[in-house]
Amino acid sequence: MFQETIAPVGKRTMILNMGPQHPSTHGVLHLILELDGETILKATADIGFLHTGIEKTCEAKTYHQAITLTERIDYLCPLTNNLCYVLAVEKLLGLEPPSRAQWMRVMLNELTRIGSHLVWLGTHANDIGATTVLLYCFREREEILNLFEAVSGQRMMTSYFRVGGLALEPPAGFLKRVEKVMATFPDHIDEYEELLTRNRIWMARTKSVGILTKEDALDFAVSGPTARASGIDWDLRRDNPYSSYDKFSFRVPLRAEGDIYARYIVRMEEMRESLKIVRQALEGMPEGPIQVNAPAVVLPQGDNRKTEMEALIQQFKIVIDGFCVPPGEVYQAVESPRGEMGYYIVSDGTAHPYRVKVRSPSFANLQALPRLAEGRLLSDLVACIGSIDIVLGEIDR
Amino acid sequence: MTTTVLLFTLLKVIVIVFVVLTAVAYAVWFERKVVARLQSRWGPTRVGPHGLLQPLADAIKLLTKEDITPANVFRLVYFLAPALSVITALLAFAAIPFGPVTLVGGVDLFQIANLDIGVLYILSISSMGVYGIALAGWSSNSKYALLGGLRSSAQMISYALAAGLSLVGVLLLSGSLNLRDIVNAQAGATWGFIPHWNIFPQLLGFFCFLTAAIAQTNRLPFDLPEAESELVAGYHTEYSSMKFAMFFMAEYANMLTVSCMVTLLFLGGWHGPVFGPALLQTMLPLLWFSLKVLALLFLYIWIRGTLPRFRYDQLMAFGWKFLFPLALVNVLLTSLIVAYRAD
Repeated sequence: MFQETIAPVGKRTMILNMGPQHPSTHGVLHLILELDGETILKATADIGFLHTGIEKTCEAKTYHQAITLTERIDYLCPLTNNLCYVLAVEKLLGLEPPSRAQWMRVMLNELTRIGSHLVWLGTHANDIGATTVLLYCFREREEILNLFEAVSGQRMMTSYFRVGGLALEPPAGFLKRVEKVMATFPDHIDEYEELLTRNRIWMARTKSVGILTKEDALDFAVSGPTARASGIDWDLRRDNPYSSYDKFSFRVPLRAEGDIYARYIVRMEEMRESLKIVRQALEGMPEGPIQVNAPAVVLPQGDNRKTEMEALIQQFKIVIDGFCVPPGEVYQAVESPRGEMGYYIVSDGTAHPYRVKVRSPSFANLQALPRLAEGRLLSDLVACIGSIDIVLGEIDR
Repeated sequence: MTTTVLLFTLLKVIVIVFVVLTAVAYAVWFERKVVARLQSRWGPTRVGPHGLLQPLADAIKLLTKEDITPANVFRLVYFLAPALSVITALLAFAAIPFGPVTLVGGVDLFQIANLDIGVLYILSISSMGVYGIALAGWSSNSKYALLGGLRSSAQMISYALAAGLSLVGVLLLSGSLNLRDIVNAQAGATWGFIPHWNIFPQLLGFFCFLTAAIAQTNRLPFDLPEAESELVAGYHTEYSSMKFAMFFMAEYANMLTVSCMVTLLFLGGWHGPVFGPALLQTMLPLLWFSLKVLALLFLYIWIRGTLPRFRYDQLMAFGWKFLFPLALVNVLLTSLIVAYRAD
């Protein structure tokens, strides 16, 4: 890899190793750049610096234990990972969680999406030099993380979704809290847009820069907002609904230009749409249990296990041995903030998954980066990296 | 020149260098505070009340840090570059008058050297600063530093031209290159409340100079030489400890120089209402001068907190295709007006 990128003697180009420690490669991405002056002739992504072996580790865990690993794959949207994995296991088991659990999942998922987009916006703007936006975004993300902490006890590694429903009953007044936080959000998004959307410098830096054509996007299997900014009208929440997303009405933002600005606009509008979904979830939140009635899978709730022998035995069995899943394989995809996130799980009938494979959107989206950046300036590369919103944990897994 | 005068001048130089360095340190504190408030943070609060002793703590930290010299640097130039930066930045203050002529023992209290070509001197000495940056980038054997150094040489040279040209209007109006004369030409007011500041007849020149000056001092939105998201830290990537601090000081000293220049050339320098007892009357001009400089510093920081960064080619296009012609138009217009008045 290193050999082939070294220019022959006499060629007036420079090889620049950007990363893995670089302020704007969003983690530990290593790019081998061949530069002519500041123009990028060739960009080669070198990944693997954040390899954690999570997929393999899952095989040694029970199905429930593996949930805690999934959220570490894409640490900016932990709940989306939880959801995707849990949905896949539920599909294997043939379980359908009660509607309240499904609605809570949708709501928390959209909050995660907003939180993730806030981090994207902040870091992206920071890369282009607008430092203030970063601080504003993290200020609002903090509110969302506080909500996660209230509901699950953890700010980031939530593990709140469990096979068969939710981990815990949400605290009293939780929906009120969400409502209160969400009420201020449209103003906040307006604030970011005021700083950027019509800003001449921002437009000059992003418009007609890093163009990804529709054909290229399809060829690279790009998904999510990055694909929708290139005119591919594909959103799994609408086109392949899961967890009762079909009961919500929302618009899928679409742009045809395929440049950085289009990706920016798509994500900004997506945040507003997510707000709408959260509001609908708040208004129509059904009553009822948060877990499906499946004693072999779901941990007994409340004080049952202190008074009932059966419950205690179940608790012990699930915690120590886990639950067995019928043999088979399943692929479940959800729309993560970055695109199509899929979990492929093979079960051999035991309490441990035989194989867990993650289809990570960032991995596919990163493939498009050389196409976006080659022939452009170094500054554009930084803007391009930000605009495809990659998370290295998800790429390397 | 008598020994007393020499001694006095030496003392004055020491005092002014001390004041300027303190001002630099507190400009950093001011920037951190203001940017923090713009970004809904607190900024430094721990060291002293309102973090007022933070500059001191920073200085101690930077002085005691390990001074790392990377392998294969061009040692002579590598060591010379930060010194060059900071020396040129400080030398500019030699010609800046901070207040009206106040003679004590035959020595002017508020200026080191009253040069007849003060404007030219400051422009040229601050253009020299580019050597420090270019040489630092070239000698530190790092690709990021090299790119940063190249960027800034091109940027500072192009914008120095626009900055110089945008001052021609002021020079035409006041007919002098002496900073004191230029300030004195701005004394008084029309109808008692509109001051005779050059900013009013030279609005175009003011904006040209301010923009060019921001670019020349490598500040956002023109901070490409050290764009940390692209070039890690640009030309000073490989510098640590006090050598890094010298670049840092030079940058802020240049900011101060530019703010002083704008104050002197466009905002009437130290002119403002003067009243009260004799001592107050000597000190008030200093206060007006400092307040104007402070307001400009605030503007600098405000811009930094608001705008994203230009791309390199856009920056060059902006300088050559927009700012430079605009400065030329300003020169043309001002000369026409001056010629018309002279008739």
